[in-house]
Amino acid sequence: MILQELTLIKGAVLFAFFILIISLFLAFFRLARGPGLPDRIVALDLIVSLAIGLIAGYTILAEQSVFLNTAVVLALIAFLGTVAFARYLERSWL
Amino acid sequence: MMREWICAILLISGSLFMFVGALGVVRMPDLFTRMHAATKSASFGSVLMLCAVAVYFGDVWVIFETLLVICFIFLTTPVGAHMIGRVAYLLGAPLWEGTVIDELQNRYNMRKQVLESGFHDSATQAGNESKMDNHLNETK
Repeated sequence: MILQELTLIKGAVLFAFFILIISLFLAFFRLARGPGLPDRIVALDLIVSLAIGLIAGYTILAEQSVFLNTAVVLALIAFLGTVAFARYLERSWL
Repeated sequence: MMREWICAILLISGSLFMFVGALGVVRMPDLFTRMHAATKSASFGSVLMLCAVAVYFGDVWVIFETLLVICFIFLTTPVGAHMIGRVAYLLGAPLWEGTVIDELQNRYNMRKQVLESGFHDSATQAGNESKMDNHLNETK
């Protein structure tokens, strides 16, 4: 299994996961509370960046480089989502 | 062994950069400062973690793919941040009370969406302000 022997690299990945999960909670706080829609878009963008970091860590942890394709797709989707939200705000309220 | 140390340092520093970004998003007083924290440090952190993947595997295809993602992040993050910031400014997002300068104030024609140097006449200025009052954030 993944955690049978704890090498240096796996410990580093687990520590990074710990920090990233705390950051995810902080970003979710802003996503839930943030006053106004642009704050929420910023928080969503941050969450996608955190997810790319999590995917990178999991790629190392599982030693399967195939998972990196997910990061490519997620980067594409994040940009599309951000631009779509911005255009939606601009078109509907201006 | 050397490679593992480099990889671990890259991973931990990248995650710390992302943590700083998330902390800034929670703690900053203003939309624009929040955006400044979120876009720069978070994208840099994800780039560092992808570099860790590239160092760990050392494969040509993996390096190519990580470079692809890094290029994409560095291309798309400024564009997305610019669009959000522009729309938020046009919607009249409140600035922090300690803001030193707002260079677009009375210089951006909201109706024609062009930047004009110099000062407006009073008519367009009043039009701008009434337009600014109409659309504001949800919680107000």
